[in-house]
Amino acid sequence: MNELTRPQSLVGQSVERVEDASLLKGRGRYIDDLPTRRDTAYAAFLRSPHAHAEIRAIDTDKAKAHLGVYAVLTGEDVASLTNSLVVGVKADVECWPMARDRARYVGEPVVLVVAESRYIAEDALDLVEVTYETLPPVMDPRAALADDAPVLHPSLGTNLINERSFRYGDPEAAFEAAAHRISITTAYPRNSCTPIETYGVIAEYDPGEDAYDVTANFQGPFSIHAVLSRALKVPGNRMRLRTPPDSGGSFGVKQGVFPYVVLIAIAARVADRPVKWIEDRLEHLTASVSATNRVTTLEAAVEPDGRITALSWDQIEDCGAHLRAPEPATLYRMHGNMTGAYAIDNVAIRNRVVLTNKTPTGLNRGFGGPQIYFPLERLVHKIADELGLDRLDVIRKNLVPSDAFPYRTATGALLDSGDYEAALDRAVTKGGLGELMARRDAARAEGRLYGIGLTAAVEPSVSNMGYITTVLTPEARAKAGPKNGAQAVATVGIDPLGSVTVKVASVPQGQGHRTVLAQVVADRLGLPLSAVRVNTELDTNRDAWSIASGNYASRFAPAVAGTARLAADRLRGRLATIAAAQLNVTADNVDFADGKVFDRGNPDNSVSFARVAAASHWAPGTVPEGTGQTIRETVFWTPDELTAPTAEDGINSSLCHGFIFDFCGVEIDRDTGVARIDRYVTMHDCGTILHPGMVDGQVRGGFAQAVGAALYEEYAYGADGSFLTGTLADYLIPTVMETPEPVILHFESPSPFTPLGAKGVGEGNCMSTPACIANAIADATGVEDLTLPLSPSKISALIHGDEKPSARPKNDAKPLKAREGERALSGEGSAEVSATREDIWAMLLDPKTLEAIIPGAHKVEKISDTHFRADVTLGVGPVKGRYRADIELSDMVEPEAVTLSGGTEGALGSGRGQGRITLTATENGTCVSYSYEAGIGGKVASIGGRLLDGAARVVIGQFFQSLARYAGRGKAAEAPSTGVLARLKSLLGRRA
Amino acid sequence: MKPAAFDYLQAATLDEALDALHEAGGDARVIAGGQSLVPMLNMRLARPAVLVDIMRIEALQKIERSGGDILIGAGVRQAKLEAWPDLVDRLPLVAMALPWLGHVQTRARGTVCGSLAHADPSAELPLSLIALRGSVHLRTKRKKRTVSAEDFFLGMMATDLAEGEMIEAVSFPARADGTGYGFNEIGRRHGDFAITAVAAVMTEHSASIAIAGVDDRPRRFDVPLPGNSGLDDALNEIAWDLNARDDIHASARYRRELVRRLGRRTIEEAAACLA
Repeated sequence: MNELTRPQSLVGQSVERVEDASLLKGRGRYIDDLPTRRDTAYAAFLRSPHAHAEIRAIDTDKAKAHLGVYAVLTGEDVASLTNSLVVGVKADVECWPMARDRARYVGEPVVLVVAESRYIAEDALDLVEVTYETLPPVMDPRAALADDAPVLHPSLGTNLINERSFRYGDPEAAFEAAAHRISITTAYPRNSCTPIETYGVIAEYDPGEDAYDVTANFQGPFSIHAVLSRALKVPGNRMRLRTPPDSGGSFGVKQGVFPYVVLIAIAARVADRPVKWIEDRLEHLTASVSATNRVTTLEAAVEPDGRITALSWDQIEDCGAHLRAPEPATLYRMHGNMTGAYAIDNVAIRNRVVLTNKTPTGLNRGFGGPQIYFPLERLVHKIADELGLDRLDVIRKNLVPSDAFPYRTATGALLDSGDYEAALDRAVTKGGLGELMARRDAARAEGRLYGIGLTAAVEPSVSNMGYITTVLTPEARAKAGPKNGAQAVATVGIDPLGSVTVKVASVPQGQGHRTVLAQVVADRLGLPLSAVRVNTELDTNRDAWSIASGNYASRFAPAVAGTARLAADRLRGRLATIAAAQLNVTADNVDFADGKVFDRGNPDNSVSFARVAAASHWAPGTVPEGTGQTIRETVFWTPDELTAPTAEDGINSSLCHGFIFDFCGVEIDRDTGVARIDRYVTMHDCGTILHPGMVDGQVRGGFAQAVGAALYEEYAYGADGSFLTGTLADYLIPTVMETPEPVILHFESPSPFTPLGAKGVGEGNCMSTPACIANAIADATGVEDLTLPLSPSKISALIHGDEKPSARPKNDAKPLKAREGERALSGEGSAEVSATREDIWAMLLDPKTLEAIIPGAHKVEKISDTHFRADVTLGVGPVKGRYRADIELSDMVEPEAVTLSGGTEGALGSGRGQGRITLTATENGTCVSYSYEAGIGGKVASIGGRLLDGAARVVIGQFFQSLARYAGRGKAAEAPSTGVLARLKSLLGRRA
Repeated sequence: MKPAAFDYLQAATLDEALDALHEAGGDARVIAGGQSLVPMLNMRLARPAVLVDIMRIEALQKIERSGGDILIGAGVRQAKLEAWPDLVDRLPLVAMALPWLGHVQTRARGTVCGSLAHADPSAELPLSLIALRGSVHLRTKRKKRTVSAEDFFLGMMATDLAEGEMIEAVSFPARADGTGYGFNEIGRRHGDFAITAVAAVMTEHSASIAIAGVDDRPRRFDVPLPGNSGLDDALNEIAWDLNARDDIHASARYRRELVRRLGRRTIEEAAACLA
């Protein structure tokens, strides 16, 4: 069943990828390489530095007047020419691609500039002035549900945009009868699969036809095409969308380019010329799309032997600031698979979708899988531990039995094929789980921290276009009409000299479609690989496509390659009829091999493929009547099994279901908390393997990204909504140094539902590996409550116990520290200066003094007695930015104390702070004491997080330093020198 | 991510560079390898009016012995130092630290003195210079001066460099007989900025450690010899002295934990190297 012995076919062999020769030599044609019209202009975006703010005013006059600028658009300008994007559920809320009256996440587009070059466009962005009134942000999905939480969309009145509860079997009775109820609560973090190529759009508008022509590195699903044409207010045939020949990766993420397609299309219309936009890395990390973060409480009803009889899911899905279609698909993609690889008859599910002040979410490799398998597989580990059972036994006992396929899960999926127990056993034996256990024992005997993790998972592929309608109630679905299926399309054409071209509507992102399609079609037509050439560019005005087109949900091998085979089969049938007449045999005796069409009974009776193929071109009259042409055949294929959700909310959310069993050994360094993956074994059953090398490539790639999710990567936000991982120095993608080579094992259970027996394999390790690594770390540390990514710092907190205090008096060595959970900085200090309190008081109210003491102040303007405005240049080292600062004095107790509140706003970001200054008379003058709290957001927080707090302290310190200097040409107490802070200390006698 | 407009001057001689720096004052920046400055330009964090490129100045390209020191010119790339045949013998600590500094690709461009001028608090070369008690040779159009490492690094990306002044060279004291060295670093990934990096220098009678990534500049401390019961207590006090910060990669407490644990490990390794 498993061994690959197809010596004569190309399918099943790791043939050399036809893509690689050009890609490896730098000859790929990515979107940024494509030729553009000579008058093409370039776009750049001004983005919100605030997580949540009303936009009070936007002044674009200076930007519009800047030389080389063609157009400046605000959200209102865009809205005047478009419709709102489609929201994923029925709700009283709009979804604009650019902020209008309110910004709801850091990085949300606010102003779009079109200019002669990207440089000039970015210069012009610096000239735009936006007046914001900040609102409190809500960042945590649980907090978003609180009664008093700030509401993102006033029209909605709540942050809970959708809620549904489901019940399958009799979960209440099962929990009632259960010997044990065991539960776990997890918070799966935000992350992304981060393609090396960012988004790109090139758009033109033809006013004569009111038509848009857009090239974008969009990857599908082409259901989004309908969203685009609706937003742009044109029929679909006036929204021509094309994709470039090559892609620098997507992993689902490129789906999220679509709001920018709308924006750049409108920019082209307004600027009256083609407009090109290539997203930069900061834009990509901040504001492309992320996977969802999810808080899950999962409870299991468990028998004493570890059999799980029911699951109860409570999922809070965080989709960020807008619920853009196709969300909340991440939450429903796995709906048929909520029991994983297990046979569990009773399931209760409560699904809540909430909005928070974060980047909107979208497609991401693994799509909904890691969010499910992390709690499920952590729970199975916990069940075994709590009941004192063997973890492998608990997994094995609950697996879908080998004789049960095709197996209908409680929630409606039809698991097509497999033998989970046999695959697991093979993994245990071939992967050496026993040896790994011995290795753990030996390590532990030496006092080392070593753990083993196990994970079983089902990997769904080929999404049912109807699964997302599970979010609707059965009544609403009945009203809207059924949605289901997964139309795949392929075209095979033969030219007059007999060479073959294959065309699919799939949009590959590096997977090797061209190679595999050539293998499949060449096999069917008896041709060498080189005789078949594959074109995977897509043009919605010219090519055959459907809303299911595109490259997502691991649908290529099972659906698209299978459809290409069907198209090749049809041509083959007709060619056989033509050849039969020429060979004087019946068509069922005709075979194809080595570029020849021949009589199977007498292979010498043959004719060249080219000659048979030529008939339709050169001599259609010789083609036997009723045969039809052999020039070009397009096949649409949709599997019957993908039916619409049932009235009971059962949904076969995907056509194919692969099986994965992973185990790993992880060692943790006792001193540093660094986790090292010692060995990782991953067993995959993805049905028939079309190209073993590429299957292993998929496993390796998904595994690397999952190692990132488990140990390194997080889209981190501060409590104030600042985005903190805007560069690849802070968003940590593992490199080859961090990613061990997994041991990859295979088991082949062909799918009965796909033309080639293949199933998807692209996403499995993104689903299984984060849970598997966490299970190993739980085993090593004995700690169950784990949140990814498991950085050394987090692990250290689990294993290092209470911290050794300083032997010296406390206030002598108190560390500078932001308040728990906040990004705010705080500090305090004091200085003795030789001036009277009254003198200092007067200085604080005088714009001239403020100009002298505010670091980098150019001009201080007195708005009122207690309100000043200044232009300031702030910076540390080479980093310098110009800001507008507002300073207000309050709580004034003359001449003893005053509170200074200030805010700054500039291209690099914004700051907000408050300081209390207290003046006490002393023998020699006055003691100036101060304490402050400050927070910094915007671009500088996104890219300089590691250095930001220290830098901010320097800047804040400069203010007080200047105050002291100015006040008394300060005599300061000596303090040990520790850099700028200590220099401040020495000037101010800081005691912090 | 495109820089604001700036003028670019490729200086052929040191005098030409110093003249340009003098004329432009605070609006000029020296560009050497550009591994920190160019990203800052692209992000518009830095907006100098003039960039003075010093990489074509022949006089700044040397690595040479000068008394007990190794003098490294401002134009010497990190990769060139890494490939210097005498490195392991003369500057064993720098030889240990260099592989931790970014990646092969960044070291091929980045310069030794550029890293010092940038003064990232996590950086390995400033740490090595502090640990070895080296010094920096500064120069303006009008005068030259030499500043000890201790006085050169003032804080977060802050140095004693004045307007119009540039680093001409750096002096690393060469290995003395009877000295052992240790170096360890914890970063999130290979080549990342250190969460904490520790360098240790040992002789038969003395031990010191220097620490980067914790305070706002690298710091050096004398410590009791390993085997002395006071070492752990001393490391604990150092940990608490260093103003450790929280950031998204590590808590302040973790940094202090590394000072204690990695500190001890590094000193022991330096002692082993001495033996």
